[in-house]
Amino acid sequence: MTTAATSSPPSPAATPSLISGRGTGRSGDRIFSVLTRGSGALVVVLVVLTGAFLLWKSVPSLLDDDVNFITSRVWQPAANPPAFGIAALLYTTVLSSVLALLMAVPVSVGVALFLTQCAPRRLATPLGYLVDLLAAVPSIIYGLWGAFVLGPVIAGTDSGPRRAIEDALGWIPLFSSTSVARGNVFLASVVLAIMILPIVTAISREVFLQVPRANIEAALALGATRWETIRVSVLPFGKPGVITASMLGLGRALGETIAVTIILSQPSSLEDFNFSVFYGGETFASKIANNASEFSTPQKTGAYIAAGLVLFVVTFLVNALARVFISRRGDV
Amino acid sequence: MAKRIDVSGLDAFYGHFKAVEDVSLTVEPRSVTAFIGPSGCGKSTLLRTFNRMHEVIPGARVSGKVMLDDENLYDDGVDPVAVRRTVGMVFQRPNPFPTMSIYDNVAAGLRLNGVKNKKVLDEVVERSLKRANLWGEVHDRLGKPGSSLSGGQQQRLCIARAVAVEPQVLLMDEPCSALDPISTLAIEDLIQDLKDRYTIIIVTHNMQQAARVSDRTAFFTIAGAGKPGRLVEIGDTAEMFSRPAEKATEDYITGRFG
Ligand SMILES: Nc1ncnc2c1ncn2[C@@H]1O[C@H](COP(=O)(O)OP(=O)(O)OP(=O)(O)O)[C@@H](O)[C@H]1O
Ligand SMILES: [Mg+2]
Repeated sequence: MTTAATSSPPSPAATPSLISGRGTGRSGDRIFSVLTRGSGALVVVLVVLTGAFLLWKSVPSLLDDDVNFITSRVWQPAANPPAFGIAALLYTTVLSSVLALLMAVPVSVGVALFLTQCAPRRLATPLGYLVDLLAAVPSIIYGLWGAFVLGPVIAGTDSGPRRAIEDALGWIPLFSSTSVARGNVFLASVVLAIMILPIVTAISREVFLQVPRANIEAALALGATRWETIRVSVLPFGKPGVITASMLGLGRALGETIAVTIILSQPSSLEDFNFSVFYGGETFASKIANNASEFSTPQKTGAYIAAGLVLFVVTFLVNALARVFISRRGDV
Repeated sequence: MAKRIDVSGLDAFYGHFKAVEDVSLTVEPRSVTAFIGPSGCGKSTLLRTFNRMHEVIPGARVSGKVMLDDENLYDDGVDPVAVRRTVGMVFQRPNPFPTMSIYDNVAAGLRLNGVKNKKVLDEVVERSLKRANLWGEVHDRLGKPGSSLSGGQQQRLCIARAVAVEPQVLLMDEPCSALDPISTLAIEDLIQDLKDRYTIIIVTHNMQQAARVSDRTAFFTIAGAGKPGRLVEIGDTAEMFSRPAEKATEDYITGRFG
């Protein structure tokens, strides 16, 4: 009826039907929808399977655990009955990663702001590549550099950054340096900070580049200086992106293995646990990596897998928190 | 407090492209001047040279003089930030700060000037929103984000933001082009109200609007693609619309333009 007015009506077969949607476009839509839903489902399945695998392998050992798994610092999975707890691992993992984040994010945001708002394009492009290149350096290189170049600088007693921190903050147990390990948590944090710098910078830069010209001109036209424009227009716009970037960086720091394993000195005995960042320690990842040769019985392996499970959950929570934060910001 | 603008021999460039050539004109204080002319003739470009916003575009530069009373905006040592605090601007597309509340949008300029006193801010926000004819619609939701308003309301919010800092000159680049007739009238009324405090320049494609709101009109044109825009004539609006001096102006106003 829509074509009734035409003088030479097209043959019925050629009349496009409004009801059935069986054109090629349609089947394209369908394939696309199947593909996207399929991939979406695949991701969910992978995450669930990974979690289930970790849980499956660790539950028997956890049931046999002689001490409280969450609050104990003991790690003797080979004993009979086995005794293992993650308190010290959790502390070192979170401390080193959070410190790394605290160091990396301000620098990353500063670099990203410089690259997008201040630097002339001639300079910004090569500098951007350089930052990206930092991300391509293998972790083992960072580990070696940290252990052999940066380590002695930080552990050195009479001068250097550690001395400055001790002078300023030494009265806080976190920064006391009564006993300094050569491979201390602070060193690991600095190296982790450098390692997560590229990703946080790259994402922040992308977000800052998206700031609409109109927002920036709105601030400039009000008589904002360059810094004020950044504060009024660029940062508020980029905030959710910077948070996402930080969480990705944090996730990476929490799980970083090889560099941390090379750098951190393992404390000699279980008893001398120390809150200080200048002490050695082990993270989940470095603990597991250091003891890969011990995976001889299901019982021992289970203890390490249980540690891995906690790391998995922590990373998951970090990402979930970031999501919550972003969505809450979004609708204010 | 309103200032006279005196432009002489002004050229504006984007890189090697000359967008505006040899413009000289005077804008009287406490008056409304309309800039009209075909698209691409450099009205926005010229307007943006009056608050040194032209130069924020990479590669853009200006030569010539723009006197604000007896100060040349382009003298060495003139701080563009200070210029922009004196010469306010309203853009063609409303551009409130999206993450800021209505209140914070209006207060933004004052805060940049270091005003922290809550009472002062409250007062100015209310006064500016009233002047922009927006107070009645938003006074009970000042904490909502500026981006939650309709387009016309956002444009009036931007006007409130611009007048909150008491500029001496107000530049408006097609402020009504995205608005419905009612919001347009509200803004035209507002321009009439603001005129006895500020020097106002408004770019518009709407001849009736130019005739309704402006005291003087400047007509610009462009010889062809890639050529710079030039000022054809500037004069009393009533005069210009009834007896334009130039044939080109008459053709444009009566709709006979190319
Ligand atoms: N950012 C820019 N970079 C390069 N050239 C530009 C830029 N902005 C404008 N131009 C050019 O300068 C000339 C004048 O543009 P302008 O925007 O000032 O015109 P206009 O009179 O405001 O036009 P309209 O009425 O369409 O807004 C045009 O040829 C335009 O292409
Ligand atoms: Mg324009």
